[in-house]
Amino acid sequence: MSGPSRIPGGAESTLRFRFDGVEYRARPGDTLAAALLANGVGRVARSFKYHRPRGVMAAGVEEPNALVTVGVGGRTEPNTRATDLYVYDGLVAVSQNRWPSLAFDLGAINGIAAPFLAAGFYYKTFFGPASRWMLYEKFIRRAAGMGKAPTAPDPDAYEHRAAFCDVLVVGGGAAGIAAARKAVAAGERVILVEQQRALSGSIEGVRMLTRTTASGLWDHGFATLAERLVEPGQTPTPGQPAQRLWHVRATRIVLATGAIERPLTFAGNDRPGVMLSQAVRSYIARFDVLPGERVVIATNNDDAYATADAIAAAGGEVVAILDSRASGPATHFPVFTDAVPLSTSGQTHHLASVKARVGAGTRRFDADLLAVSGGFTPVVHLHSQAGGKLDWREDLQAFVPGASPQAVSSVGAAAGEVPAIAATVAVLPDPKHSFIDFQNDVTASDLDLAWAEGYRSVEHLKRYTTLGMATDQGKTSNMAALAHLASVAGVTIPQAGLTTFRPPFTPLTLGALAGADGGGHAAPARRIALYDRHQRLNPLWQPLGLWHRPRAYPIGDETLHAAALREARAVRTTAGIVDVSTLAKFAVTGPDAAAFLEIVCATGVAKLAVGRGRYTFMLREDGMVMDDGTVWRIAETRYLLTSSTGGADRMEAHLSYAHHVLAPQLKVSVVAQQEHFAGIALAGPLSREILAALTGTEMPAHMGVAQAAIAGVPVLILAASYSGERAFEIYAEGHLAGPVWDALEVATRAAGGYPYGLEALEFLRIEKGHIVIGAEGDGRTTPHDLSLEKMLRKAGGFIGASGLTRPALAAADRAQLVGLTSDTPIPEGAMLIAHDGAPVEGHVTSAAGRVIGTGAVALGLLGGGRARLGDVLLASSPTRGQSARVTVTAPVFYDVEGTRYRE
Amino acid sequence: MKRYSALALLKAGLTGQRGWDRAWRDPEPKKSYDVIIIGGGGHGLSTAYYLAKVHGIRNIAVLEKGWIGGGNTGRNTTIVRSNYRQKPLHDLFDFALNLWEGMSDELNYNVMFSPRGALFLGHSDSDMTMLAQRGDALRCDGIDAELLSRDQVQKLIPLLDMSASARFPIHGGMTQRRGGTARHDAVAWGYARAADALGVDVIQKCEVTGFTMDGGRVTGVETNRGSIGAGRVGICVAGNSGPVAAMAGLKLPIEAQTLQAFVTEPIKPMIDTVIMSQSLHCYISQSDKGGIVLGGDPDQFPSYAQRGLPARIEKAAAEAIALVPALSRLRMVRCWSGTTDMSFDGSPIISGLPVDNLYLNGGWCYGGFKATPASGWCYAHLLATGASHALAAPFAFDRFARGATIDEAGVGFMPQLR
Amino acid sequence: MMQIDCPYCGPRAQVEFAYERTLDSIVTLDMPAEEAVSRLYARANPRGLDDELWRHSFGCRQWLVLRRHRVSHAIVSITEYAP
Repeated sequence: MSGPSRIPGGAESTLRFRFDGVEYRARPGDTLAAALLANGVGRVARSFKYHRPRGVMAAGVEEPNALVTVGVGGRTEPNTRATDLYVYDGLVAVSQNRWPSLAFDLGAINGIAAPFLAAGFYYKTFFGPASRWMLYEKFIRRAAGMGKAPTAPDPDAYEHRAAFCDVLVVGGGAAGIAAARKAVAAGERVILVEQQRALSGSIEGVRMLTRTTASGLWDHGFATLAERLVEPGQTPTPGQPAQRLWHVRATRIVLATGAIERPLTFAGNDRPGVMLSQAVRSYIARFDVLPGERVVIATNNDDAYATADAIAAAGGEVVAILDSRASGPATHFPVFTDAVPLSTSGQTHHLASVKARVGAGTRRFDADLLAVSGGFTPVVHLHSQAGGKLDWREDLQAFVPGASPQAVSSVGAAAGEVPAIAATVAVLPDPKHSFIDFQNDVTASDLDLAWAEGYRSVEHLKRYTTLGMATDQGKTSNMAALAHLASVAGVTIPQAGLTTFRPPFTPLTLGALAGADGGGHAAPARRIALYDRHQRLNPLWQPLGLWHRPRAYPIGDETLHAAALREARAVRTTAGIVDVSTLAKFAVTGPDAAAFLEIVCATGVAKLAVGRGRYTFMLREDGMVMDDGTVWRIAETRYLLTSSTGGADRMEAHLSYAHHVLAPQLKVSVVAQQEHFAGIALAGPLSREILAALTGTEMPAHMGVAQAAIAGVPVLILAASYSGERAFEIYAEGHLAGPVWDALEVATRAAGGYPYGLEALEFLRIEKGHIVIGAEGDGRTTPHDLSLEKMLRKAGGFIGASGLTRPALAAADRAQLVGLTSDTPIPEGAMLIAHDGAPVEGHVTSAAGRVIGTGAVALGLLGGGRARLGDVLLASSPTRGQSARVTVTAPVFYDVEGTRYRE
Repeated sequence: MKRYSALALLKAGLTGQRGWDRAWRDPEPKKSYDVIIIGGGGHGLSTAYYLAKVHGIRNIAVLEKGWIGGGNTGRNTTIVRSNYRQKPLHDLFDFALNLWEGMSDELNYNVMFSPRGALFLGHSDSDMTMLAQRGDALRCDGIDAELLSRDQVQKLIPLLDMSASARFPIHGGMTQRRGGTARHDAVAWGYARAADALGVDVIQKCEVTGFTMDGGRVTGVETNRGSIGAGRVGICVAGNSGPVAAMAGLKLPIEAQTLQAFVTEPIKPMIDTVIMSQSLHCYISQSDKGGIVLGGDPDQFPSYAQRGLPARIEKAAAEAIALVPALSRLRMVRCWSGTTDMSFDGSPIISGLPVDNLYLNGGWCYGGFKATPASGWCYAHLLATGASHALAAPFAFDRFARGATIDEAGVGFMPQLR
Repeated sequence: MMQIDCPYCGPRAQVEFAYERTLDSIVTLDMPAEEAVSRLYARANPRGLDDELWRHSFGCRQWLVLRRHRVSHAIVSITEYAP
């Protein structure tokens, strides 16, 4: 028996798991890597590019080789490191990137073609038209990638949680525990984070998060921590999330993140059976697994000698210690100094022997395990993410944390408390098979090629060769690559430079990133106060930003269009009610309320009488129309300002800016009341009678205000018309508005009318020629473009007056609001052109059929449009295969004199 | 320059990949140049290439303070498309798209331009109308755009959540089939190599620290490697335009902002086109290596930190999962940030400046990569002739003062609203 | 993500705040048109400190002036806005 095995004795293997269809047993506490090794499975994966067989190299999150797909169905997680996955009963894992099987993989042909597939080969070939590249690309894409993504939806939940602490300690090793104890003793609130299931010691008085990875450090002591409540692919406890992302704000942060051992570079250093020295110790100590029976150890430092002791104690044979230095510590094992491995060989991808240079000669050692130690790289990722500088330590041949702009410190191995190594420049007789980045199959010769071709900045080298860009983000490869680069360039490693450490420290599921916002909660849904009243009528809902509003209320199998037409006709002939609750509403109160409104409104406000209202619009500082609405003088020093639904939040900020920044001297209060009040518009020739009957009071004239009660609920009534008919907007407090709607609905239906939705509202307002922010007011139009310039306050003094003076805004050929009529339907959004192939002169902003009668009407923005009444154009929509011949008119098609809403 | 080809690659494979030339030289700066371009990103390098190729000017230097392609060229999500609503934009970007189609052959460097389609999803009838309007504007200007039904979209991307109860239900989409992705680094390297072959000096680790002026006229630049004289100087450092222009005493209608992107571990092909959305700020594509590349909202406050808000990434992930639920189990392997040059109307500036002999190419917001070849082409025209190329004329520096802004989003002068 | 020490509310996460503009780009209502336009469209945009107007939008909704470093994100001072 040769290869990895479980050391006899110890706990029973009670857990069952499957790997590539074969059932195995594991002990509780085993990682998948440990369990596979315990079962003698040494080959677990294929590499990215050359499909080389790979085994387990490490025992921690730095593992570059042993990636598997774990879980089934919607819980499938590809590219999971077998070293960072605790076995649970029923775990199912499969190997990746091989076909048809791990043992016999056709993709391995890439290895044979390797001489032609050197770094960046794809930049030098596959020329010709883009379509030809796409043909090659299809095969390249299929060959690339590692595991397969799940296709089923994820059944599990994720969540975010916030926390605050005085000290965040990252790492539950000896150094981390010591730092946490000290902080606790000083009375500080401490959060301690550990990637493994258990700490290496005990501690009390801290908030402990195990199986949690400090994923990123950001500004001002902000950390993101990824907590796994279950293992990848495992079913969570009912009601519990699978993973939790913590947002922690810490006054200071202690990094006890340890160090990562570096592999050595030689031919065949990727063969299953080559393992990091400390990983060998971990498997023996933590899992009772002996990764090999006959072991060669190759090192450039003292630490690996401890591995020899551990192997011997576990019953393995230490064949030789190859020490690259002139001398090492005293030991009873056979030591060869000035010795480095040159290559490995083996059968069926298992290690059989190691060839080494010893002094001036070479020697071969039979072995089934080669433990390597190329020194230690302090984990400086988080320190670096937080903006910390790095210092070079010649004795360690490693970067250690330097000064940090934040309250971040490092302790233990992360701070550089690791064994010193000998800095030796390896001479590589076979650089083509000497791997630097194992997962991405980047060899020493790839780096040499990149260098020769001038990709010499470390970032160019990385991007040209894909070094350090695999799922391990170069944890084991970066220093070897820098050392190689420095030796080729004839510079020191610090001169060679360093690539940036980017979050996350270890890969993080998008599910955890999204938290509870994943899937159906990716955005909040805002619900109007009268939602239940509408829902009873089973309307078609229309999304509008985060809101949903009734679009139409079809009866029976009525289509949207038929329903909307019926509803609109009711408004033209009898009456209709529509929910306008989402309109922005602002209470503007105080002795200087009018002065304030004259800053934000471009129209006159000051002369408005009490109990009267008028249309208004607001400009951005660049002079473009920002929003429109109505302003009402409810009492001497109390105004109500309404504006569009979509612009409500922006308007709230705008008003606050105008008040607090531009005119803080004004005595005025501005309160946003969008959701406070529900609003219902009652429109139609019978609206006045209906409302008078319901309220028992006479209704005001157009643009007048009344206070009344409907169904016992106090309401504010504004006589405003959007449809072109006599109409009233009725506002009641949102939580009281239900009975108001009910009363209005009953009365309206009794008069032969209907509730109507947004679609009918559109028909009516288009026919009447009212603009809408977002269609005609598209953020690029001035008051003049929208024929609103006559309403501008001559005295100026409003926001946007300066911006409007810019010369190009007076150009005659600007897009201007026009009306369009046609005998046939006009496609909304269509381009306005003289004829097919002619240049675009404008577009249709809104279109509808006439509510009563035939033909279509539309609003549009047309270059120099105001001077083009009577022109005939084509409204063309090539994407929909529709067009209509249209005549340019004034932008109003119904009751041009405006008598109907004044009656 | 040794030409790249399948045959050359085959021969090199037989001889251990020896014998390849350096892709570009590492020259010392000369005393002076006819044209100096500040900034060795894709835009600066393509400008140099077209100056040499189209305008026959050979005495050119591209000065790069770090390594070429190290700014936004190497940090974007590699999406290429031309389907903007506003005419000056889609004319410029479609000119670029035409150049993308022949770029690998033109440069003899495979930039892996892959026209796998750029799809915008519509989540409501009004979204679909907005998409149709944009598509119609494009089609009437001879640019491809195609409206897709719900079924067509589903067929294109089977993993989309097509359920009616989805938070962002999918009503259909608009695709530009000529759009797609390209290998961003290769664009910088390809232009550098081709420009170098035409005699352009690509000088890395050369940071401009000031301008030499003579009577209000720029006569050269000061650098960490000495003074270099120049006939004309073109700033081409989007992300850093403000500080560079400040050395000439100018303030620009530009603010720096962070934009983040992230990529998942590589997986076998699952998404075959570029997915964007009319209502969401989330874009999704899959790289040739297999990683799902995602981007979202900018950070909406001024910053050069190249370090972003985690909340933005989290929101983009949530939106991406809402569209493609199967993404939930994939893992982000890396996120990164670029500094975007947010102009005050959302459109670029390719223009002369109020200082003679000094020119600006910048303000690309978060959309510069896809413009790379057209940006270089037009800027080369400007630097060679002193006059704007017709396609770049609308993108003049003085358009803000004149009121001739080009505002695709219609949100005005505040970059954080864009 | 920055922590912003609101003078009214105490330290709060950046996501509660909204950036508005630099202090030198506030256009007062009495400014001549040309100056107003030039202020609106000209920013120093430094790789360093600038004075910025922020609002505690999801908090007290007060307007604040942050003197802030745009590379390190260090906040040198926070004061209530006063014209």
